[in-house]
Amino acid sequence: MTTAVDPTEQAVADVDDGWRRLSPRMLAVHPVMELRRLIFPLVAVAIGLRNGTDSDGGWWALGIGGIGITLGFLRYFTTSYRITATHVQVRRGLFRRRTLTVPRDRIRTVDVTSNVLHRIFGLARVTVGTGQTDKRNDGVKLDGLSAGHAENLHRELLHRPTAEALPDVDPGVRSPHAEASSETVLAALHPAWVRYGPFTLSGLIAIGVLLGIGSRLVNESHVDLTKIRVVHDSIEYLRGSPLPVAILLVAAAVVVFTVIASTIGYVLTFWNFRLSRHSSGTLHVRRGLLTTRNTTIEERRLRGVELSEPLLLRAVRGARVLAIATGLRVGRGADRGGSVLLPPAPRAVAVDVAGTVIGDADPLTAALIRHGPRASVRRFTRAVTLSVIVILIVLAFVLLAGAPWWAFWTALVLPPLGALLAVDRAASLGHVLTDGWLVTRHGSLVRRRYVLRTDAVIGWNMTTSLFQRRVGLTTLVATTAGGQQHYAVPDVPDAEGIRVARAAVPGLLEQFLAD
Amino acid sequence: MHRVSPRALWYWAVKAAVLWIVLLVPQAIWWVADGDGTRLPHVIVGVAWLVLAAVHLVVMPQWRYRVHRWEATDTAVYTQTGWLSQERRIAPISRVQTVDSERGPIEQLFKLANVTVTTASAAGPIKIDGLAAQDADQLVADLTVRVGHTTGDAT
Repeated sequence: MTTAVDPTEQAVADVDDGWRRLSPRMLAVHPVMELRRLIFPLVAVAIGLRNGTDSDGGWWALGIGGIGITLGFLRYFTTSYRITATHVQVRRGLFRRRTLTVPRDRIRTVDVTSNVLHRIFGLARVTVGTGQTDKRNDGVKLDGLSAGHAENLHRELLHRPTAEALPDVDPGVRSPHAEASSETVLAALHPAWVRYGPFTLSGLIAIGVLLGIGSRLVNESHVDLTKIRVVHDSIEYLRGSPLPVAILLVAAAVVVFTVIASTIGYVLTFWNFRLSRHSSGTLHVRRGLLTTRNTTIEERRLRGVELSEPLLLRAVRGARVLAIATGLRVGRGADRGGSVLLPPAPRAVAVDVAGTVIGDADPLTAALIRHGPRASVRRFTRAVTLSVIVILIVLAFVLLAGAPWWAFWTALVLPPLGALLAVDRAASLGHVLTDGWLVTRHGSLVRRRYVLRTDAVIGWNMTTSLFQRRVGLTTLVATTAGGQQHYAVPDVPDAEGIRVARAAVPGLLEQFLAD
Repeated sequence: MHRVSPRALWYWAVKAAVLWIVLLVPQAIWWVADGDGTRLPHVIVGVAWLVLAAVHLVVMPQWRYRVHRWEATDTAVYTQTGWLSQERRIAPISRVQTVDSERGPIEQLFKLANVTVTTASAAGPIKIDGLAAQDADQLVADLTVRVGHTTGDAT
């Protein structure tokens, strides 16, 4: 077994041999986590045996799963980490030994997560974010440190004491200087906010997941669904009732389920939510009922905030707040939650919290400069063009492929819906430049107001399509190192776009563009 | 403000021609293989494709040549690209992270090269296409010196 050591590692090696292991309690957790993946084949085999049918797929999966459990055990023996004065290093791998080295001054976020299993055994997972644009390498992940160690590591990495980072840590492990840092709570979950849960639609995703699980189980166990009493009866009942009633019943069931699942989801994700600011210059987010999550963001990495109002949430005057920071990637799987600064909450609270976080309330309340009638017209043109295309496609299916006529009549509701959407999209559109902040707002299904520090803008892209040039509009895009990497001011009149870009970053555009 | 090398006209045309050939070859095979019945639909579609390709090959490089501009000053890099859809990109030298020059097979054929300047933003790379090879080398050398004078981690 050879150890792959890269040159940078050589330089920092031998400072001290402080290699540490994960907590031995992880030996109990890893196999159980692997077992969780085996749940489908296990259930399938069980059902298969009871029904007397043979399901080879299940047995195969069990065999492969067994290997997985063994590897889970081995992970404890093959993973070690150490922290030197300048670097964090993680060694892992059985056959391919890898050493991952991260310079400490590149660490931008530290995320401590514990799911239910972790919490039973008093463990935590630490993810160190470096904010690399390298998308493939996900940085340093240490799954299975004891909670006390995780908290120490958290503090060690950011050089900062964090009081109560993990509420269920054995008090003996907590370091004595934890009390020294002063902490201001900026926001904490109010139980009444749970009423915004149903309007987040996260329950729709739950329905999708459940359908997926269900179909997989049915497939693996070869059960005939229609032979199950409840399913059989409900299908028969729906068949017996007239079509509109059946549609209404199904729709009602989906709505009820979505509301319940979304509310449960809200409570699970955001229970105990608290956003606080430490005197040492970090923002700290703690949340979660079963899986607890602690995220720390260095304020000097913060580039701005995003106020996001999905349509339904906007209808009940709610909003969420997200951070725009380097080292926090947006919209990527499990990392997606890392930038949440406030869960769906009353809009007034959201505006207030966002203003406090960036230390300036003005960008969030300032009136926006509208983009004018030509930009509004483009919203309508798009909506109408899109709905006409869809209607024509449906019509073609009706005439050529014999689809029923009601499909065509249903498609006719698209233009009015599209027009409504266009009205709202045009109303959302706006931008403004306040003291040191670039503010841009757009979107209807999800209306977002981005507030970005002007000194975080590291370049401008100005795109114009053929149609935009004909009406003198430009899409101005500010590129930045944080969050989504680019923030657009869509369909701004040419002159205004150049004025904004020039005012936001003086001395840059003048060299190339006249007014 | 510099224009790109006039040889870029040919480079863009050849690049587009390669794409059209890749699209047309499978279709031609299908037209030949599909022996039975009338050939009229194939002929109509084929002629339409050819006209479209010819217009694209003639118009696109000319149009691009009129639009494309680039400029690198002591403090910033600027490009203007595209034809139907056009884009202007600006990045300050102080935020540049890498400068990268590349010569593909078609570019070598016309003694051209491209230069890509990246910033810390995934959305910000600036690509200057169709530069004469020696201009590209000169630009890379200049930019490398200028970027070397700036400090900070450019985020």
